[in-house]
Amino acid sequence: MQTPAPFGYERATSVDGAIASLVAHDGDARIIAGGHSLLPMMKLRLANPEHLIDINDLDELSYITETADQIRIGALTRHVELQHSELLARYYPVVGDAEAVIADPVVRNRGTIGGSLCQADAAEDLSAVCSACHAQVVIRGADGERVVGMDEFHLGPYMTVVGDGEMLTEIRLPLRAGGSGMGSAHEKTERRAGDWAIAAASVAVWIDGGTVADIGIALSAVGPTTVHVSRAEELLRGATPSEELFEQARAIASEDCAPTADGRGPVDYKRHLAGVMTQRALRRATARALTQEA
Amino acid sequence: MEITITINGTEVSRDVEPRTLLIHFIRDTPGLTGTHWGCDTSNCGACVVLMDGTPIKSCTTLAAMAVGHEIATVESLEVDGRLDPIQQGFHELHALHCGFCTPGMLMTTRALLDENPDPSDHEIRTAISGAICRCTGYKNIVAAVRWAADHEAATKQEAR
Repeated sequence: MQTPAPFGYERATSVDGAIASLVAHDGDARIIAGGHSLLPMMKLRLANPEHLIDINDLDELSYITETADQIRIGALTRHVELQHSELLARYYPVVGDAEAVIADPVVRNRGTIGGSLCQADAAEDLSAVCSACHAQVVIRGADGERVVGMDEFHLGPYMTVVGDGEMLTEIRLPLRAGGSGMGSAHEKTERRAGDWAIAAASVAVWIDGGTVADIGIALSAVGPTTVHVSRAEELLRGATPSEELFEQARAIASEDCAPTADGRGPVDYKRHLAGVMTQRALRRATARALTQEA
Repeated sequence: MEITITINGTEVSRDVEPRTLLIHFIRDTPGLTGTHWGCDTSNCGACVVLMDGTPIKSCTTLAAMAVGHEIATVESLEVDGRLDPIQQGFHELHALHCGFCTPGMLMTTRALLDENPDPSDHEIRTAISGAICRCTGYKNIVAAVRWAADHEAATKQEAR
């Protein structure tokens, strides 16, 4: 029987209240939402918070809205809501691609985007999605909010810049003004339904007048944290998308990732897969962008 | 902490530790042992119950998190000796062997049919992708859900 070690529990009734409690517990409390990462970690004693602050009642953190230049997603928004969001399907189909293969439908009913990002597991899909999309995250503490780019969000495996007295409240995906076509896609290989990725790649691309105005490429499960393939991004930025370039990007992704051998496969296989996933995601994202631009 | 959870329409109260998992609360307090405690890691789906109509894995939910919500377990399906069509489908098409996964399969697919009364085989397989059966293979389970969907559609037709 797996049971977490004893802890205190409270239900937050406001974001400010949750933050006040985090501050009062001075590093010994954790936020819990879906709990599908934290509770298994606690059962295994890999996480041992003395106090849990349940934020499931905070409806103010559950939304997907559009502003003039961003899509804003509340941290408590559940995977199932992200998967079926028409707004995200229109602007960022990469989210729906990823959500269809994150865990299983019953887990997706509970798990949240904020929890996924804060878990900071390198094999987790949404971190790569958000990195590729150049997302920013909003972190709130007792003294107010700060906005951090995904590039700065992860400090290492299971570690983020969210401080002891802070919580992640919102994820912001950029919307560009003007006529650029925007496309995105997520490709994942897993051993069986609902498993972590052996390797996965997320791509978001903005195409203007036939050339790549901007691009984000990020990999899951092939490094200590999400791997940002910046050399491939530089290769494609300003260029006209082509199979030749995708082939080069594939080779770069294979080279620039840092997988370790485990039950899911040896290093050479994972490098190969990271490249193939990158190439496929590039093809699909670009095709989507060109459809939109036309 | 003293908590009260509504399970199958009945309020159940008990003094529990915050770390008490919903699966154990359901099995120990009202003694509803139909919900099976399987992998303990939210992988196998044997422990699925409905929370406000949505299937969730009760081994990875704290009992305290269910306060204020309606929980429905496999015991809620049969009413006055009449099996739910999904149970009848599993019976007719022999969709179980040892029966360990069955409570979770039933609740997961009951929720599927509530949301989508006419699912394709692919949709059924996707819905149960978080539920593991080691005996029958999934063919008969999919057929049983299909049977229940057809049966419910026919019953609704007759009622008109």
